[in-house]
Amino acid sequence: MNAATTDKPLLEIERLEVEFDTRRGVVRGLRGVDLVVGRGETLAIVGESGSGKSVTAQAVMGLIDVPGRISGGDIRWKGRSMVSRAGARMARDIRGKEIALVFQDPMTSLNPLITVGAQISEVLRRHLNMTRADADLRVLELLEAVGIPAPPRRARQYPHELSGGMRQRVMIAMAIACEPELLIADEPTTALDVTIQAQVLELLAGLQESLGLSVLLITHDLGVVAGLCSRVAVMYAGQIVETGPAEDVFGRPAHPYTQGLIRSTPRLDDRMERLVAIEGAPPNLLSPPGGCAFRERCPIADTVCEVQPKPAQVEARTDGTVACWHASANAWDMPVRAETGMLRAV
Amino acid sequence: MAAIDPPATPIAAPRPHGRLRALFDELWKDKPGFIGFSIIVLIVLAAFFAPLIAPYDPATQSVVARLKPPVWAAKGSWEHLLGTDQLGRDILSRLIFGARTSLIVGFSVVALAGAFGVTIGLLAGFRGGRTDTILMRLVDIQVAFPGLLMILLIVAVIGPSLGTMVVVLALTNWMIYARVVRGIVLSVRQTPYVEAAEMIGCPQSRVIFRHILPNLMSPLLTLGILEFTNIVLAEAALSFLGLGVQPPATSWGLDVSTGKDYIFVAWWLVTFPGLCISITVLSINLFANWLRVTTDPQEREKRFARARAAVRRREERRAGIRREAA
Repeated sequence: MNAATTDKPLLEIERLEVEFDTRRGVVRGLRGVDLVVGRGETLAIVGESGSGKSVTAQAVMGLIDVPGRISGGDIRWKGRSMVSRAGARMARDIRGKEIALVFQDPMTSLNPLITVGAQISEVLRRHLNMTRADADLRVLELLEAVGIPAPPRRARQYPHELSGGMRQRVMIAMAIACEPELLIADEPTTALDVTIQAQVLELLAGLQESLGLSVLLITHDLGVVAGLCSRVAVMYAGQIVETGPAEDVFGRPAHPYTQGLIRSTPRLDDRMERLVAIEGAPPNLLSPPGGCAFRERCPIADTVCEVQPKPAQVEARTDGTVACWHASANAWDMPVRAETGMLRAV
Repeated sequence: MAAIDPPATPIAAPRPHGRLRALFDELWKDKPGFIGFSIIVLIVLAAFFAPLIAPYDPATQSVVARLKPPVWAAKGSWEHLLGTDQLGRDILSRLIFGARTSLIVGFSVVALAGAFGVTIGLLAGFRGGRTDTILMRLVDIQVAFPGLLMILLIVAVIGPSLGTMVVVLALTNWMIYARVVRGIVLSVRQTPYVEAAEMIGCPQSRVIFRHILPNLMSPLLTLGILEFTNIVLAEAALSFLGLGVQPPATSWGLDVSTGKDYIFVAWWLVTFPGLCISITVLSINLFANWLRVTTDPQEREKRFARARAAVRRREERRAGIRREAA
């Protein structure tokens, strides 16, 4: 890397738009997403199903395929565009090597006919041109690093001989095999039970620290975010509505949607009669509403939210933005209490 | 959500007429599929109205007009557009009449063998256990038994005719369907949605026909087309041996096999019926490919999106040219 690029943030996403051509019309999956991941930073994207979290990750990994397409905006890796035609070739070399992905489902992401050791060494030999012997040694190191006991024995086993947590560890070992600078984890713990979840998250946090990785974590589990991430971006209907340091976003959420999300998270220390939900459903992205996308469900929405175009990102607190005309107003009658420490218990 | 929908959005009309119309529009947009469909319709129409279209009786021989080349060749004439064969019969007329036999045999054998094989395969795969063992051993035996010998035996007893040929060809060609279907059924049975269907108490017939059978659509279409070619050629072999269509009736396959003796003297004897077989199979392939995508909701969306992307690229290129010109 030359000196000019090193001071650029690792990953910049600017006004990214992704559209899906369907027979019923154009679905606007991402509608101008701005996001920056710095070196060594752990950023979480949270949001409900269909809000565009995974599409964002897929766009960065170049996995947007028909019927989807990137219709606007830019993704820059160390300042260089990955979307332009010239950048696409560079992006192919970067992906898998400098940017690695941990898949959601470790059950189906491993080839059942090949031993896990061979699958990891394939990555090493493909990207780093290692010899077979070197790769085999490195595989043992990697398995050790992700906390798999007895690596020599495990390396010779097939995926079906490993438990779900073990398999996710193997997936992580594959992802960090080339010592990437950015690890994208798309709901890495969804398919695992709670105790294994905690172990995998601890592993990710440990690796992040020891290898100086940046992590982009996609999740809908607020507890996972609070435990692992320094920064949070909240997505709603294909847009980012709030970003900021995790303590701030959870402690003093400024956007009504974020407030609603935290309010509806069940807590161990609070015996609620019933779970509180945010009434209504996200807008149909076939014909996204003008103005604020959340106004239909927002208790404090007024004519400004309807008449004005999409709310601009305004500075909220220090080091954060929020897209709301009534930022920081208390939207829900129930007070939002959130000490991030309590969220960990979830 | 309905409140946000603009009222102008044209949702596909529920009228059956409108749906057929929409389907045809979709076919029209897929050019290869549309061309395939058109050619199939043309060939079927030609076969149906053969006596009205064909310039000559396909069986009329003429010693003076033997082995005439097609019209564009050096010694060709407008009297016989595609030339004549070794007995002076008009090739174009033979092709038009031959289409009848070839299409009837091809389609009915594939349908008959397919229906039988799929039933056996479904039963074996779904029931499993002893039913599976017995049925699949039957398949093994049938595969091991030389097909031609069996055909010889049956035809020798019943006597050759179009109907006999369809039956014997179906009898010797159903096994592949059974094997393919059984394999797919075994894997589809394991899927959570089939287990879920059984859990909520769907009767077996509904599980089989509604949840398993649609998954067989695309492999069966592919297999059926491959088999269609095989059957057309197998019919040719039987006819050549005297066990299939009997002269004066004719078929494309029969013309190919009799014409091959003259390949160095009169290339058109084998070329035209051979071309007919290839074009038919190609057209069916193109159309079946469209059909396969159309029956798969996900693939259908992808095809739509690809078409849109192609249109967009074309427009961008055109806009680029216009900008350069200005």
